Amino acid sequence: MDPKLINDCVHCGFCLPTCPTYALWGEEMDSPRGRIHLMKQHVEGTPITPEMAGHFDACLGCMACVTACPSGVRYDRLIEQTRVEVERQHVREPHDRAVRGLVFSLFPYPRRLRLLRPTMWLAERMAPFLTRANPSLGAMATLAPRVRHRQRLPRLVRARGERRATVGMLLGCVQREFFPQVNAATARVLALEGCDVVVPPEQGCCGALSVHSGRDGQARRLASRTIRAFERAGVDTVVVNAAGCGSSMKEYGELLGHEPPFRVVDLSEYLAELGPVAKRHPLPLTVAYHDACHLAHAQGVRAQPRELLSAIPELELREIPESAICCGSAGTYNLLQPEAARDLGDRKARAVGTTGAELLVSANPGCTMQIAAAMRRGGSAIRVAHTAEVLDASLRGVTL
Amino acid sequence: MMDTLVAALRSVLPADSVITDPVRLRTYECDGLTYHRATPGVVVLPGTAEQVAQVVRLCNEHGVPFVARGSGTGLSGGALPREDGVLIVTSKMRAVLEIDLANRRAVVEPGVTNLAITEAVRDQGYYYAPDPSSQQVCSIGGNVAENSGGAHCLKYGFTVNHVEACEIVTPDGDLVTLDRMDPGYDLLGAFIGSEGTLGIATKITVRLSRAPEAVTTVLAAFESIEQGGQAVSAIIGAGIVPAAIEMMDALAIEAAEAAVACSYPEGAGAVLIVELDGPAAEVELQFARLRQICANAFELRVAADAAERAAIWKGRKSAFAAVGRISPAYIVQDGVVPRTSLPAVLAAIDRLSAEHGIRVANVFHAGDGNLHPLVLFDDEEPGAGERAEVVSGAILDLCVEHGGSITGEHGVGVDKARYMPKMFSADDLDTMQLVRCAFDPRGLANPGKVFPTPRLCGEVPGVRKGVHPLVESGKAEQF
Ligand SMILES: Cc1cc2nc3c(=O)[nH]c(=O)nc-3n(C[C@H](O)[C@H](O)[C@H](O)COP(=O)(O)OP(=O)(O)OC[C@H]3O[C@@H](n4cnc5c(N)ncnc54)[C@H](O)[C@@H]3O)c2cc1C
Ligand code: SF4
Ligand code: SF4
Repeated sequence: MDPKLINDCVHCGFCLPTCPTYALWGEEMDSPRGRIHLMKQHVEGTPITPEMAGHFDACLGCMACVTACPSGVRYDRLIEQTRVEVERQHVREPHDRAVRGLVFSLFPYPRRLRLLRPTMWLAERMAPFLTRANPSLGAMATLAPRVRHRQRLPRLVRARGERRATVGMLLGCVQREFFPQVNAATARVLALEGCDVVVPPEQGCCGALSVHSGRDGQARRLASRTIRAFERAGVDTVVVNAAGCGSSMKEYGELLGHEPPFRVVDLSEYLAELGPVAKRHPLPLTVAYHDACHLAHAQGVRAQPRELLSAIPELELREIPESAICCGSAGTYNLLQPEAARDLGDRKARAVGTTGAELLVSANPGCTMQIAAAMRRGGSAIRVAHTAEVLDASLRGVTL
Repeated sequence: MMDTLVAALRSVLPADSVITDPVRLRTYECDGLTYHRATPGVVVLPGTAEQVAQVVRLCNEHGVPFVARGSGTGLSGGALPREDGVLIVTSKMRAVLEIDLANRRAVVEPGVTNLAITEAVRDQGYYYAPDPSSQQVCSIGGNVAENSGGAHCLKYGFTVNHVEACEIVTPDGDLVTLDRMDPGYDLLGAFIGSEGTLGIATKITVRLSRAPEAVTTVLAAFESIEQGGQAVSAIIGAGIVPAAIEMMDALAIEAAEAAVACSYPEGAGAVLIVELDGPAAEVELQFARLRQICANAFELRVAADAAERAAIWKGRKSAFAAVGRISPAYIVQDGVVPRTSLPAVLAAIDRLSAEHGIRVANVFHAGDGNLHPLVLFDDEEPGAGERAEVVSGAILDLCVEHGGSITGEHGVGVDKARYMPKMFSADDLDTMQLVRCAFDPRGLANPGKVFPTPRLCGEVPGVRKGVHPLVESGKAEQF
């Protein structure tokens, strides 16, 4: 933990109201200011106590505090350094260790995830029992999506009409196994907007989950492998449709000490920059757009997806109150901190409910699933989609 | 003592609302003024007014002092904990209890943030007027305790002008309501601004204001701070009462630019933010007049919509925290001078700054002469902190010399207690202590704040502690 970064905090508290855990519990040590204070205590010689580790673990890594901070405190870097330190020094309780072990040996590995898939619907039925045994396993089970059918993308998807650019595309591990339709939609939208889309088959996990959980070595290994895959593909731009992956890939330079030989952009960022050529067909829908933390806070991408969605004829975009507060999905958070995740999900579901929208859209299926599950718990339902899917439907003139 | 108190606290509060773990306790060691620190003996997070009252009663039973804390953004160390005491934090009491638009009131719990009140009624065309720069985080309870103000207080007044009633827990643990409409002494007026020394607010009835029909926000850039100051005097002189007139000097602009890229005009020695609001016709007239007055501004920007208005304000509202970008450490000073003395005081601050080699960035509510000099220093440079303290203190002396005050809105707290004798005579201070003793005879509510020398109430002339000797000897009865 870098004392210089810690000292940048002037203790003004401006970050408190957007911190999801502070919103839930109202306690200083579960606020960004408090966590930075805990880091300071540790740097000044206090060992990491189980209490301290608990407050770091409860942080969602949503980076709302980075957006809110007028002093430019790099909480993102601080918490990453802290998590590494916690993993190194703190001995976890056996059941906590077991759940973490399971999560981190599964998620960053698409092939292992795939093996898990057929058991998913079973898991869904077993969810209530699992919850009783271990809330984390229960959360894993209730959140598991039902996959429609497998769609594999070719190595190259050619531009429709005049070619305006060539881009690489990241598939993402969770995305490719559980939401292949989002990747298919992304590739189609890019192609319809005049891009050759290169999809290197040897790409794996980008390392995001490992970075966010203090698994330093694993993160670097996965990052280097991803860079190699796109380097070989020879693209200078890599488009990412999963917010969490995009934010970590944008920080490869900091993780590895050298910049990758390509630029990383979020899909909506890229499309807004490229400008539309394809015709937009009307989609008569009311849509609530949810800011995924790793897009809005970590990458600062808020306006572009809203612009893209509002440009669709007959689509009405509605704002969700408290939009800066995390839904509690936060990567593996809903697996590791199920109670807090659930409370945040319920809070977000209520906020989404007030918009009266029919469709909930975000750049992160993890978020939309989390919110939809919370809405079901609350007795209402909402359809969900990724920004790419909405654009795809409009570009192709099909219903969503 | 503490152990039995903690056990008692646990019996009246939920388990996770009593904090005793040393690592957790330390996160509460200071408020926004990190200079003063103390680890609280125990922290409690009550969820209801009744729980607050129970905690205060227990403190009384054990003779243990207590300190209230809202969001901990105070800048005078008012919420500095006591190592031998209980810190009562209101951050779990965040419910908006009632909104009564017909009577333009809202009833809220003390931990509700200032901005949350406005957000709850904005769609209906109302807002809560006092707007401290910390409005998204500071609690309404803290606002009441500090009588906080903000940029718009020039026209609309401070917290005291917008609170109708407070339910408070008195220092001996009674739950009472002080209402503006109560006949007799204005006890509510005494309570507001009492910095947690007269009790803890547990429910606050605030007045809601109707959002004005028209708002025009102007950013005027001047070559020098003197020109800016002259414009301020001219505006007020012309009989215009803007909702706000804020000024920032070059250094403060630099900081805001670094923090939020507010794109203020380049090369400005000072910028003025003037906001006019009210009926559209009136605003239009005032704006025409303002244009003439600001003729020597080298750039005049008018916000075309809400987004542009927010962009203009963003630089100003983030200015305090933003100086963190241009200086490793800083002291936010808060003083008041008569508006007419502004140029003289600013020149004197310049001299002080040069003399001690300490940079001072100036941000202020120019309309009412409330200065917020930001005294910048490097805490790693030996002696710099002390020099900054000297400059910061000398600025307060300047304020007093010019007939102003040592605080405009951040309160006295622990930080400025020692300056009180510069403004008040011993008799004045004793008289104020009498008021304190009337509320808090045992001196348990936030002791050590506001007054330079804590006095036992018994020492103050005319106030007795304990049973009167005549009563004791059976010669008199007390009713
Ligand atoms: C960046 C920044 C900008 C600021 N700008 C302004 C500004 O423009 N105008 C302004 O006036 N102030 C400003 N402040 C100062 C501060 O925000 C205000 O004083 C605010 O009212 C404090 O509220 P809080 O909830 O943080 O209170 P705290 O700091 O927690 O407490 C402040 C005082 O109030 C007492 N207190 C808290 N809650 C209660 C309660 N329920 N009952 C009784 N006493 C209580 C405490 O004991 C303490 O004495 C600023 C602070 C920062 C950090
Ligand atoms: S990253 Fe999110 S959860 Fe963590 S401290 Fe910041 S705002 Fe709170
Ligand atoms: S907003 Fe920034 S400087 Fe202020 S307390 Fe939070 S992290 Fe620290």
